[in-house]
Amino acid sequence: MFIGYFTERPYQDQESGYFGAAGRDITDLGLSNESYDPRLGAELYNRYLDEKVYAEQMGFDGLMLNEHHSTPFCMGSVMNVEAAILARITQKAKIVLLGNVLPIWDDPMWLAEELAEIDMISRGRLVTGWVRGTGRESVAHNAQPPFNWERFQEAHDFIVKTWTTPGPFRWEGEHYHYRYVNPWARPYQDPHPPIWIPGVLSRNTVKWTAEHRYPYVMLATELEPTRQSYEYYAQVAKENGYEAGTQHRGYLFKVHVDETEELAEQAGRKYIQGPSNPFLEGNQGQVRPFIQNLPGLTSRTNLLPTVSSFALASSRGRQQAHQQAQSEAQKQQQQADPDKQDKGDFLGQYEEQTEKMSIISGTPKTVIPKVRHVLETLRPGSIFFWDGDGAMTHEDSMRSLRLMGEEVIPAVREIGKELDLQSPFEVDPKTNQPIPSAVSDDDGR
Amino acid sequence: MATAVESFTEQTIEVAGRNVRLLQGGTGDPVVVLHHSTGNPGWLPFFEQLAGKYAVTVPDMPGYGQSERPPWARDARDLGILLHHTLDKLGLERVTLVGLGFGGYVAAEMAAMNQHRLKALVLIGAAGLQPDEGEILDQMLIDFPDYVRAGFRDDTAFEQVFGAEPEQPIKELWDLSREMTARLTWKPYMFSRRLAPSLSEVQTPTLITWGTQDRVVPPVCAQQYARALPNSRVELIEGAGHLVEYEEPEKVAELIAGHVSKQ
Repeated sequence: MFIGYFTERPYQDQESGYFGAAGRDITDLGLSNESYDPRLGAELYNRYLDEKVYAEQMGFDGLMLNEHHSTPFCMGSVMNVEAAILARITQKAKIVLLGNVLPIWDDPMWLAEELAEIDMISRGRLVTGWVRGTGRESVAHNAQPPFNWERFQEAHDFIVKTWTTPGPFRWEGEHYHYRYVNPWARPYQDPHPPIWIPGVLSRNTVKWTAEHRYPYVMLATELEPTRQSYEYYAQVAKENGYEAGTQHRGYLFKVHVDETEELAEQAGRKYIQGPSNPFLEGNQGQVRPFIQNLPGLTSRTNLLPTVSSFALASSRGRQQAHQQAQSEAQKQQQQADPDKQDKGDFLGQYEEQTEKMSIISGTPKTVIPKVRHVLETLRPGSIFFWDGDGAMTHEDSMRSLRLMGEEVIPAVREIGKELDLQSPFEVDPKTNQPIPSAVSDDDGR
Repeated sequence: MATAVESFTEQTIEVAGRNVRLLQGGTGDPVVVLHHSTGNPGWLPFFEQLAGKYAVTVPDMPGYGQSERPPWARDARDLGILLHHTLDKLGLERVTLVGLGFGGYVAAEMAAMNQHRLKALVLIGAAGLQPDEGEILDQMLIDFPDYVRAGFRDDTAFEQVFGAEPEQPIKELWDLSREMTARLTWKPYMFSRRLAPSLSEVQTPTLITWGTQDRVVPPVCAQQYARALPNSRVELIEGAGHLVEYEEPEKVAELIAGHVSKQ
């Protein structure tokens, strides 16, 4: 079992008017950066780095970072800078990047060099994940959305070759061209840092990920569609001649722990306040479907069962696909209460979110059984607790991290052992063979 | 949506290994019309007007409507090459080439490539040049029905053609067209700095027509095209929007007929 910590690093500005449940909605690419305060940014970047260091001290195996652009809900627009700092100021936790937005890089060799440096500075603790990005990323860096998937694949192939083939060599592809590929810096890990792929919606990405035997990390999607998406991965794995195991499944979900149930509810409600990513399940905010649904960015039809979630579908401009998924897969539920699902997702009510475990918040006593339920339902070998988000304060985060370290992580490790949830550091996802160095490692890394 | 249904035929031919669909109607000298970036929804009243005097050919440009996508095409110039091949296959020489919006951009590229094919050129609200003032409305940053709506002088004009809520096949046409447009002219959006210099030796008699209320391609581009094309003149249509051929089909057809008859 691999247990990681994640926060999206919201730009929490009480003065901006965008903060808090009663504040103005965050609209994709609809806010000017004139209200950005770099002094506040300085405080927040340092706060989030401090929390990561503390998370390592509390026993987390991994520190996950992500990247978004031109939006206040995620300050990680240059995630690799944060990763490089963590590489130096942490000691043993994996630095898990989920992930760099490959298609928006016009020069992926630069990315290969950056990641190799981070891997060396951390002495081999980098896990590199790659994503296709949402529409806002394509707009912010003006990457042509119809070629997003092609560029993702070609940049991946190029970087892996750069890391594994002695240079110099020449690369003349469809989207990338180099006359001299020979970066002096090479990754610390041999042959290269582990590659994990996060996702939410695209069947193409799951298929591709399973074909490459990379772990697939689902980002805060609802339980049942997540399980079905893992099943699709397993089906592709079978077609490719191997059995998918826990080492191929990762899951990010919202978990906050607090000293009392009252404090836990107060803090838990903050997940859906303040600046939070409207594109992911359970969060509030305004999305502009035409920006998320840029022409050709994702397939119109090749979608995962997660599209049945209204919030996700609408944030991706997929209302039609959502309606279809609703009518096909949820007919019975619809007959019982036609509006239940939509109301819950659309309104993002805290009660609704906790009911379906999109948010888990409580004391260790109440949180641990819910985490067990998630682990039993999905059987992931890697999990990430998403905490300290929305309107949560530094104090909220630190209380939770302490209790996670003292009570939740040890208990979850035991559950992981009981359920035989092996991480990609225990069983090699490429071969399904145990990794010798992991056998004697008591804490499961 | 309101389309005339009188007299046109439909055919599909193969060009560079992929199907190109054509609508054709009327008899007389050949006129070829290149549609907007939103695709061609059918045999429009404007085509019917032209077909009263000319043999009108309206191709779905490669990658649009029912013409197959050439996956290698990367800019308007590539479409121009394929459309020259299309006209070769049809045996069309001495044509009057009419370009609407993005189709005007492609038409201008075709004139730069081979002016000898053209008897006359008509650019209507044509994209292709970076406006000296303002910017071409970016359809990638708004919802596509709103983009088409902005093409009309007002909402009433839009609803007369497409209704308050456009039908699903029309929306699908706009959606798929937008993807092809994003493949061809994502950046820079809807113009090429290589176009104006390459037009300077084009002697084709050119009519440049614009709606004065065009909210998509700034009317200042009419003068820019006039400066780029040595044998051209400008006719503005007072009060009309970008989709002037929807709003004023008779007037536009008359202007074209007047232009062709002088050549």
